[in-house]
Amino acid sequence: MTTVDRPSYKVIGTRPIRPDGVEKVTGQAQYGADIRPPGLVYGRIVRSPHAHARILSIDTSEAEAMPGVLAVVTSRDLPTAADKVEELGETAVNLRELSENILAHDKALYHGHAVAAVAATSSQIAAEAVTRVKVTYEVLPPVLDVRDAMRPDAPLLNENRHTKAMDGSLSEKPSNIASVVQFKGGDVEAAFAAADHVLEREYSTSMVHQGYIEPHNSTANWNSDGTLTIWTSTQGSFVVRAQVAQVLKLPVSRVRVIPMEIGGGFGGKIPIYLDPVAALLSKKSGRPVQITMNRTEVFQASGPTSGTHIKVKAGIKDGKLTAVQATLSYEAGAYPGSPVGAGCMCMISPYNVENFDLTGYDVVVNKPKTSAYRAPGAPAASFAIESLLDELVKRTGSDPLEFRLSNSSRENTTMVTGVPFPRIGAEETVRAALDSPHYKSPMEGPNRGRGVASGFWFNAGLQSSVAVSVNPDGTVNLIQGSIDIGGTRASLSMQLAETLGIGYDDIRATVVDTDSVGHNDVTGGSRTTFASGLAVHEAGLDIQRQMVQRASALLNVPEDNLEYVGAEVRSKSDPSKRISFTEIASKSGQTGGPIVGKASLSARGVGAAFGTHIADVEVDPGTGKVTVLRYTAVQDVGTAIHPAYVEGQIHGGVAQGVGWAINEEYYYDEQGHLLNSSFLDYRMPTTLDLPMIETVLVEVPNPGHPYGVRGVGEVPIVPPLAAIANAVADATGHRFTVLPLSPRRIVEELYGL
Amino acid sequence: MRRTQVQATINGERVEFLCEPRQSLLEVLREELNLTGAKEGCNNGNCGACSVLLNGRVVNSCCVLGVELEGADLTTIEGIGQAGSLHPLQQTFLEEAALQCGICTPGFIVSAKALLDKEPHPDEHRVRWWLANNLCRCTGYDKIVRAVLKAADQMEEVKPV
Repeated sequence: MTTVDRPSYKVIGTRPIRPDGVEKVTGQAQYGADIRPPGLVYGRIVRSPHAHARILSIDTSEAEAMPGVLAVVTSRDLPTAADKVEELGETAVNLRELSENILAHDKALYHGHAVAAVAATSSQIAAEAVTRVKVTYEVLPPVLDVRDAMRPDAPLLNENRHTKAMDGSLSEKPSNIASVVQFKGGDVEAAFAAADHVLEREYSTSMVHQGYIEPHNSTANWNSDGTLTIWTSTQGSFVVRAQVAQVLKLPVSRVRVIPMEIGGGFGGKIPIYLDPVAALLSKKSGRPVQITMNRTEVFQASGPTSGTHIKVKAGIKDGKLTAVQATLSYEAGAYPGSPVGAGCMCMISPYNVENFDLTGYDVVVNKPKTSAYRAPGAPAASFAIESLLDELVKRTGSDPLEFRLSNSSRENTTMVTGVPFPRIGAEETVRAALDSPHYKSPMEGPNRGRGVASGFWFNAGLQSSVAVSVNPDGTVNLIQGSIDIGGTRASLSMQLAETLGIGYDDIRATVVDTDSVGHNDVTGGSRTTFASGLAVHEAGLDIQRQMVQRASALLNVPEDNLEYVGAEVRSKSDPSKRISFTEIASKSGQTGGPIVGKASLSARGVGAAFGTHIADVEVDPGTGKVTVLRYTAVQDVGTAIHPAYVEGQIHGGVAQGVGWAINEEYYYDEQGHLLNSSFLDYRMPTTLDLPMIETVLVEVPNPGHPYGVRGVGEVPIVPPLAAIANAVADATGHRFTVLPLSPRRIVEELYGL
Repeated sequence: MRRTQVQATINGERVEFLCEPRQSLLEVLREELNLTGAKEGCNNGNCGACSVLLNGRVVNSCCVLGVELEGADLTTIEGIGQAGSLHPLQQTFLEEAALQCGICTPGFIVSAKALLDKEPHPDEHRVRWWLANNLCRCTGYDKIVRAVLKAADQMEEVKPV
């Protein structure tokens, strides 16, 4: 369903087939693990069996002596990395910590932390060689929970880490709390004192994984001329290049990253893990080296998102949400960098709240270093506030959506950062949810309940660069450096077709390597269709200008009397003087050579995204199993360039959010061993766990984009946690404050087992 | 390790190859036979990305040994349809936007083909039940289920009564 009027477009809003589609449905698409350069050998990582341990020695001699083993590397093979922060788009990383995470230096900080690597002529020999690398550890007590890690007497992951305040000052005593952020406005105490209803609760969520089906992989060849080629699965080839160059101390120009098709990322394929290791093994062995993680390694040692503990208090006066006070504590994993700041900034963004006091703690624990995961930081914060509001609004007797409508953020409402919103569609999503067939349907039957929740995500702009080459037959090649993870070859081609007035099928989009186009930031922050779309539009305008110049020579009409309309250039004064795009293209050799449009930019005008979701569930009173009966996701999508792909983004976000709400969690024993590092035990939703997901696409065009594009990919994971939890509360009469709502937890809490 | 000679029919062609007895069928397909359409997502039978049809039955190729292929008839995604002559499932996956990253797609198409070969008229629940061994993290399954149902409808239309 689509709402709100918009300009009429020829290509935008249609549903063509993605250019990468045929290769993907026939099994021909080349992902990172599919590449086989001549002479390829196989690498494998030696990992720490301990969650926290000092590395006393590493003896590689036995492994090196094995027939078929070509190279062994440890952190001693890595250059000393600078203690500085590199921006990665949606996340940032300290290079020394990145280097330590790639191969542990003096300490292993989580179960599965890489400590060494081998390369061998077969994957079987490599797997055997890993067991022959002898590492001596001094096992240290681990700290696994965010609250435990914050205690003054907690074991320290790093004795030299002090808490960084917002003003940059450092705490006197060392701590696992890496940093504190705070956002304050108005006077919360006065507002609480004046409120009709005040409620305070504490909420917890577990560490969860993005769960992409393709494990991390990297294939590297250290060429004889000292350059390095890397084939990998990443959300940002340029970000891989930057990190590899920094970690290995190489000039950026000597590193070429060839992005392969990527089998899912959701934020988890932004940091690097394997690439420098494969490169070092290649340098030592003289052969191209491929390393792929197995599923256990992906769970243990890639970048899941934070487990959290959130204490939140809210006050309502005369139906208005007047004050929110919250303390958010997020697990960063082994090194600082949780998304707690984003959690604070997203938490109350759906609402116009005058008084707020939000404090966030970024806390290291003996678990893998967290990475971005779809709207990083927002889902847990939203779970807390949306659960609290559900309970609080029930006390006022209001309808939960009517309450959201009357408290909704609108244009010029200021965010907690003090920045006012441009035109947004928060209110429109609530209104559409109220009007939806789902919300108007009765909720009937025993053990059944309905929940609603709203959510927000900023979306990102960042840097994009594209080139567009017009061929003599009038077809066009779109050269993009943004990784296509969710259909952006299609969504960018559609925007280019719209700008040039040509057909979608006349454009062929290709994602190229880092030598072949200007820098592009990661595909993250729901930015590619927006920001690379802006670049594509500008490159299209560049081509329009060149077409007018060429037509001037061909038609013998001055440029200022010509205009580009549809797929042709014509005289403003005499429309019979006209020439088509294809004809200009075919004569480009006579009029100045190939026609190539280009655009490079740092995108401005980002449009924020809001969603409001409705969930119906049934809770089995015997087993505690939660079944999702019906689900509707309403979202302001700006302009849906390809509505089916927008729906697909929403479906995927909802599915991940439902998994987070109901089943998914990292499960550690007391020594810090991850016990559920398989898809059998880390229970992601299957076909049987989800209903069809109803979507309502509200289109409030983003004024910062020529076609009104807002990022759509991330916000749909924000509301499901609370929507499901609120529905379960409605079904059972019991308020659950800890996720996931697994059968075990439900039965334990309902029956005190 | 000594390599064993294996003879089998793969995607309609008689094939002879050597493999180590410890190699899984998935490893043999990907590393020895250059058939990389079957993907490794978990290597322990939980994700279905490596699904293939062994004597007409859908199996996880990571849970079968390469040597077990002796005398068998194997269909992989590479044998199901090509550009220009796509299987109806491949066409409806494209039309219904039933794929995003595409890593799970070969496994889904292989599994769905096994279903439609056996049961040409499945309902939604039957499709969901049959595909529950295939994990997808991008789509929430909605469009995949619709694509399979649509392919079933189309295949019914073209069949003689």
